[in-house]
Amino acid sequence: MKLRRLLTTGLLWLVPLAFLGLFYFRPLAAILGLSLGRSTEGWAAPLLEALTSPTTGRVLGFTVGQAALSTLLTLCLGLPGAYLLARFQFCGKGLLQALMGLPFVMPTLVVASAFNALLGPRGWVNLALMEIGGFEQPPIEFTNSLVAILVAHVFYNTTIILRMVGDFWSHLDPRLGQAATLLGATPWQRLRHVTLPLLAPAITAAALLVFLFDFTSFGVILILGGPQYATLEVEIYYQTISLFNLPMAAALSLLQLACTLLLSIVYARLSARAARPIALRPQSYTQRPLTSWRSRLLAGALVAFLLAFFTLPLGALALRSFTRLEPDRGQRETAAGLTLDFYEELTVNRRNSLFYIPPVRAVQVSLGYAAITMLLALALGLPASWALARDPDALLNRLLDPLLMLPLGTSAVTLGLGLIISLDEPPLDLRASWMLVPLAHTLVAFPFVVRSLTPALRSIRPRLRQAAAVLGASPRQAFRHIDLPLIGRALLVAATFAFTISLGEFGATSLIARPEYPTVPVAIYQFLSRPGGLNYGQAMALSTILMCITGAGMLVIERFRVAQVGEF
Amino acid sequence: MKKTLLVCLLTLTLLASACTPAEPGTLIVMTHSSFDVSEEVVAAFESQYNAKVQFIASGDTGSALNKAILSADNPVADVFYGVDNTFLSRALAENIFEAYHSPLLEGIPDEFRLDPEDRALPVDYGDVCLNYDIAYFADRGLQPPQNLEDLLLPEYRGMLVVQDPASSSPGLAFLLATIARFGTDGYLPYWQGLVENDVKVVSDWTNAYYAEFTRWGGAYPVVVSYSSSPAFELIEAEEPMATPPTAAITADGACFRQVEFVGILRGTPNRRLAEQWVDFMLSTTFQEDMPFQMYVFPVNPEAALDQAFVDFLTNPLAPGFLPPADIAANRETWINAWREAVLK
Repeated sequence: MKLRRLLTTGLLWLVPLAFLGLFYFRPLAAILGLSLGRSTEGWAAPLLEALTSPTTGRVLGFTVGQAALSTLLTLCLGLPGAYLLARFQFCGKGLLQALMGLPFVMPTLVVASAFNALLGPRGWVNLALMEIGGFEQPPIEFTNSLVAILVAHVFYNTTIILRMVGDFWSHLDPRLGQAATLLGATPWQRLRHVTLPLLAPAITAAALLVFLFDFTSFGVILILGGPQYATLEVEIYYQTISLFNLPMAAALSLLQLACTLLLSIVYARLSARAARPIALRPQSYTQRPLTSWRSRLLAGALVAFLLAFFTLPLGALALRSFTRLEPDRGQRETAAGLTLDFYEELTVNRRNSLFYIPPVRAVQVSLGYAAITMLLALALGLPASWALARDPDALLNRLLDPLLMLPLGTSAVTLGLGLIISLDEPPLDLRASWMLVPLAHTLVAFPFVVRSLTPALRSIRPRLRQAAAVLGASPRQAFRHIDLPLIGRALLVAATFAFTISLGEFGATSLIARPEYPTVPVAIYQFLSRPGGLNYGQAMALSTILMCITGAGMLVIERFRVAQVGEF
Repeated sequence: MKKTLLVCLLTLTLLASACTPAEPGTLIVMTHSSFDVSEEVVAAFESQYNAKVQFIASGDTGSALNKAILSADNPVADVFYGVDNTFLSRALAENIFEAYHSPLLEGIPDEFRLDPEDRALPVDYGDVCLNYDIAYFADRGLQPPQNLEDLLLPEYRGMLVVQDPASSSPGLAFLLATIARFGTDGYLPYWQGLVENDVKVVSDWTNAYYAEFTRWGGAYPVVVSYSSSPAFELIEAEEPMATPPTAAITADGACFRQVEFVGILRGTPNRRLAEQWVDFMLSTTFQEDMPFQMYVFPVNPEAALDQAFVDFLTNPLAPGFLPPADIAANRETWINAWREAVLK
């Protein structure tokens, strides 16, 4: 019996591990080996140099510090939001959820320009403050500051907390809390002793992902933080591209991976302890309308804040794509009405470029990659998380669990170059193939899928499966009729993440995408790297299109009902 | 579970079928992602030589070069275009190119032929220069700065935005311009002067140009960009305009010239076709197509320039120059010293 269990676990791991081995571990080993091998003083020298250099210490300290602070702030905003979305019914909830997911796919350059339009030296807020308060100089210094980095990270990643914690929370049985209240618990005691322990698996999983995203932050640091800030990821890029000091880059990559691994091990310990089977309830049972004036007011204030924080920058950007804003005389801005010029210009191949693709094509390419990524990531993530959930104490699982997070802690340039040097032999010479893009996206999406699914799978009471077995269900039937419906929501969350990660990924994509099949973010960067009003306008127009298809995609995924059994 | 397995097997089969080897007559050209070309120009080459040209783009210049170097044992392409004079030494030291003495090189001025062994052949150049916002200075009745030294004057305090040379290619070019102008002893004092005059540093060109430059709503009327940018402000304007809204400062030594090269990758099985492509890139057909597609200019003096460039492109008379070997040898030292002086 025990052997069979082990065998099943092994079988479940087979495909995910084969994929990771081929497309992640082998490329990673190849690039790290080659890089360290270039060191003239042996492979250990660069490692020692990296570990003992004061620069590394400083960079590592900043990387961890800003990531911890960002994660904390993201939780502060995300948890109340998740509570609101989980426990209450109000109209427009789906839309709110989708809106807050939009930043996730936006290219950093575009988000930077959106924040600049709001908070920059000549942004609306500063102009208004100068008008009202009579300041001589712009009172708010936002760009090129640590605050800008933190705000941008919260802006990007709050959706992770909202989705992962919110969806889990929405299925917690409210009766547990009610019982505690009846027994005389104060709201604080209830939160501390009932709700938070039950939510712990989802919160730690979401916080880990947020932390890793902030830990490996690149564009936000460079563009919003400015040249005085550097994370390990930025330093790896600098060492690789600018200095071509590959041994040093490899040493720093290893350091970044070691931190990721350490964190994942701590997480795996914590989450195994925190997980407990609980009775999940359908949302229709756990959610209630906002009845009292007090709750309406509080909820209204929170929704208003979330809306302002997430939609003002993005709205400013969308507005810009419809506005003629040729600042004809230096400081004086002349907004001269609305226009569709930039959208029309997108459909014209004015320079007769070989690589011109109409916006519809670019959207199709991006959606195609996103769909493949979603299917691949789910096909790999589902067996892996099932293996993890059904036997958390198995040695194999305990060993493999932390390894799954590594792709998130790998620098994009390292992974991109690794893929190129290792996938160079038939039958897997993919260096010039479009398939490389969804493969790379899948590597990033896979940890998200696993982390979304595992808490849900672990929370299923084994008794349900045992009952099904007693009633004569085969394991497959039990999975189909018990597990699948119960993790339906988590599957949707996982699918949404895979979809949006693929739509927004830029770092690795720019290294491997074929010029005839650029994704939308790659096309946006092309426009933004050229001078002239038409180019800037087209970048804004394409960003607006990206927001629309992302939003639409998320709403469509929401509509899916897994296994045709309704929500439960 | 079976279904999942099936899907995965299917995917793997798909993967395997996606990697058909290049057919005979196919030339693979690796470039950076700023590469662009007109459809009819490539079509002309393809019909003339009965070949198919496939392009692979790989991020910025540095990333593309790294990719070429790391795959040198088993090259992914036949030709690599896009290495510039700041990276040239790295490409030559790694020995990724085969020499090719193209007959077209004869017509190309010596100043562009930086590799005497003809492993890397010059294709185009562009000048990194300071740009200023004409209206900003006109409105204030202020004379725009004329050269690098002017930027140290108090009347230009807080007016200049530059890019970090560690992360930006024009940023590096501008640092090199100051080194060429003031020498290795003089550039740091010059930059200290700029710091005292409140120079602003950002990480990349896009941010400097579209967020900090007054032309696009920022607060700095002087920015590091290209000598071609004013012409493109005109060509790519939202509304047609008569003259460019910006201008480049092209005084002696105020600019740095970036030259881009093409080379045949070592070990190519398509040497003949690769030679034909390199010749084609140096011919007037391709050279005349480049300015509008890539915002760079022909090294072949026979290539004619469009009227917009004749009218509105100011060519620096004496752009700064440093030997590629010096740049390669000192890049890290210079950048680190700069960061120490400017960012601290």
